[in-house]
Amino acid sequence: MKKLSARRRHPLAAVVVLLLALAATGGLYAAFAPADKAQAEETSQSLAIEEGKKLYTVGCASCHGTGGEGTTDGPSLVGVGSASVDFQVGTGRMPAQQPGAQVPKKKVIYSQAEIDQLAAYVASLGAGPITPTEDQYSPKGADVAKGGDLFRTNCAQCHNFTGKGGALTDGKYAPTLEGVSNKHLYEAMQTGPQNMPSFPDGVMPEKEKKEIIAYVETMNDPDKASSPGGLTLGGLGPVSEGLFAWIFGLGALIATAVWVAAHTAKAKKS
Amino acid sequence: MSTATETKRPERKAPAGERVADWADGRLGIYSLAKANMRKIFPDHWSFMLGEICLYSFVIIILTGVYLTLFFTPSMNEIVYHGSYVPMQGVRMSEAYASTLEISFDVRGGLLIRQIHHWAALIFVAAMMVHMMRVFFTGAFRKPREVNWLFGFLLLFLGMFTGFTGYSLPDDLLSGTGVRFMQGAILAVPVVGTYISMFLFGGEFPGHDFVSRFYSIHILLLPGIMLGLLVGHLILVVYHKHTQYAGPGRTEKNVVGMPLLPVYMAKAGGFFFLVFGIIAVVSAVATLNPIWALGPYRVDQVSTGAQPDWYMGFAEGLIRVMPGWEINAWGHTLALGVLIPLIAFPLVLGAIGVYPFIESWVTGDKREHHILDRPRNAPTRTAFGVAWLTAYFIMLIGGGNDIVATHFNLSINAITWFVRIFFFAGPVIAFIVTKRICLGLQRRDRDKVLHGRESGIIKRLPHGEFVEVHEPLSQGELYRLTAHEQYKPIEIGPTVDKNGVERKVSLVKKTQAKLSQSFYGEGNQIPKPTAEEYKEITSGHGHH
Repeated sequence: MKKLSARRRHPLAAVVVLLLALAATGGLYAAFAPADKAQAEETSQSLAIEEGKKLYTVGCASCHGTGGEGTTDGPSLVGVGSASVDFQVGTGRMPAQQPGAQVPKKKVIYSQAEIDQLAAYVASLGAGPITPTEDQYSPKGADVAKGGDLFRTNCAQCHNFTGKGGALTDGKYAPTLEGVSNKHLYEAMQTGPQNMPSFPDGVMPEKEKKEIIAYVETMNDPDKASSPGGLTLGGLGPVSEGLFAWIFGLGALIATAVWVAAHTAKAKKS
Repeated sequence: MSTATETKRPERKAPAGERVADWADGRLGIYSLAKANMRKIFPDHWSFMLGEICLYSFVIIILTGVYLTLFFTPSMNEIVYHGSYVPMQGVRMSEAYASTLEISFDVRGGLLIRQIHHWAALIFVAAMMVHMMRVFFTGAFRKPREVNWLFGFLLLFLGMFTGFTGYSLPDDLLSGTGVRFMQGAILAVPVVGTYISMFLFGGEFPGHDFVSRFYSIHILLLPGIMLGLLVGHLILVVYHKHTQYAGPGRTEKNVVGMPLLPVYMAKAGGFFFLVFGIIAVVSAVATLNPIWALGPYRVDQVSTGAQPDWYMGFAEGLIRVMPGWEINAWGHTLALGVLIPLIAFPLVLGAIGVYPFIESWVTGDKREHHILDRPRNAPTRTAFGVAWLTAYFIMLIGGGNDIVATHFNLSINAITWFVRIFFFAGPVIAFIVTKRICLGLQRRDRDKVLHGRESGIIKRLPHGEFVEVHEPLSQGELYRLTAHEQYKPIEIGPTVDKNGVERKVSLVKKTQAKLSQSFYGEGNQIPKPTAEEYKEITSGHGHH
């Protein structure tokens, strides 16, 4: 200690301290920064990236640019992460059919292996949300009631109480959550595709995402959610209920009235 | 008559039924009541049973509503739910919401009764609309029935608000949004709005009072008034006697039909059970207002697709399509975007309510009418009714613009603009088109009377010409097609007398004459064939 304190006024002391500080910050960053960067090191991974790049060049580059830098027809893919690719391509939204207010869900044309390769390539362009593993999105053991509360606070404004979807401005819309896989639900929350805001872990921790997934699963899974009241009429609320009341309720009653009036007493008729 | 026989044979003991009836008659006067009413005649037509649908669904609503009050807790105290519906366990909610969950899942038959109550309410208001339209388009509101029309109109208006307060009671997220909507409308009233809101909710929204207050209004105040109006409505129907469609043997002074007892008692009684049965089937088959899926009301939560029940959809539409105009002056805000719809709502509804008085003023017709009009024979009235319905329907689209957008892949903005334009243009177009159609149908009737029905038989004449044989109508059919009266428009007369002195005619009189022209003036009704015309054409010296 004596030696150290003796050299404290050495002309190079400031430089040494600076170097030590830089090394510490860099080391800490390397230790704690969001993962991803390690991916490229393994050989199978780099192979996937290479394969992914080939698929990318054929299917995506015309809009997103040859290096994922984006063009006037499509946004940059640098930093969107593998979760985005897995969601967009895995639900069939990408590759897009045509420009419009919103890119709709359609038939998936890539196999899951190809989607993984595409995702690996896009992830290599810049760090972003990673495709979740099953224990991240599996709703097992999550609190459904808590999920319902979170859903009504964060999701219902656009997706409706029970996830049936709703309209946004100028032809855009929040799609129905019926039949959406748990993984895709998780990825959508994580990445915020199209008009949806994103809910990264800092805003909504993994546990809450699980709870929301548990709620959506309970509401939309036909095996889990029996409808105690009978037909749900689309779950759209008073508009479909009103139509049903007019057409089937009042319609049947008027038809009955016509029938009753047509069968009158005929005692004195010739 | 009966007293005479009694004095002759005093030892005979009357049967028990007769004795009970005698006892009742001595205190209630039921004999004369029965004598006057048991053989009362009602005409037979399906459209006269629309009012019955309203009456029976109202009875069903009251019966099921009483059952629901046994289990409902009208309180906004916050509790934590621990009932049998798993997805809500541990959620904080009001006692009102919790007890509605309990009715739905734990009370025996509770969910079915709740759904019958709600479906019957939707059908009740819908049936009142259709009943009102029947009365409107056939001109059944004319003297002496204007007051009864108003009773019916009030029933519709109160029915809408009874429905709204009932829809708000479970304190779920959907109805809470609806109450917030209403509170917003109240706040938009200049000067007094904030005071009314504070008074109604007992402080800031939502407070702890509105469920219990709406509860008294929903189960006591409004149904009580409606019951009174309903009884008055029925008494007036009996007092005025029922209207009937024109036909052989039917005049302004008689009613052709079946007696109340036994025919109508059986029919109406049976029809009640049919109505109850159909509503019960609908309620057993289809979910209505699944509050368990909607969650309890919290002011910080809201869902898309939040609409009121259909009868308030019109008000919802007015708000949704109104541009959000505001005037800010001297530190105060006038929220025109909400205030204008709030004013338009009663005005549009009221337009149909006051129509009978406007029509009788325009036409100057103060006589009694018991024979109904065919809608085509009153083109202006029919066109007005269709125009009103068009405006109403367009606003319903406005109220459901988001659902229309997602289900027809349209832009919600485009729908809103469509509604904004066609709320004004639609009724005008509908008025013109309906009037033309009515006049066309009148011409067709005239043609049928004069030339007979087209038989479809083609005849070839000796000189080679082909003609279609027209069959003359039956006497009864001829009567039916020509029974309607044709009115003359009100004339002001010459405004200048023979000495050239100008006569003063008030603006009101001038307007009346002008409107009268548009009802009955040239081109607004087709002159019905006269007996002379008919004779001339049917005398055989065929000119077609």
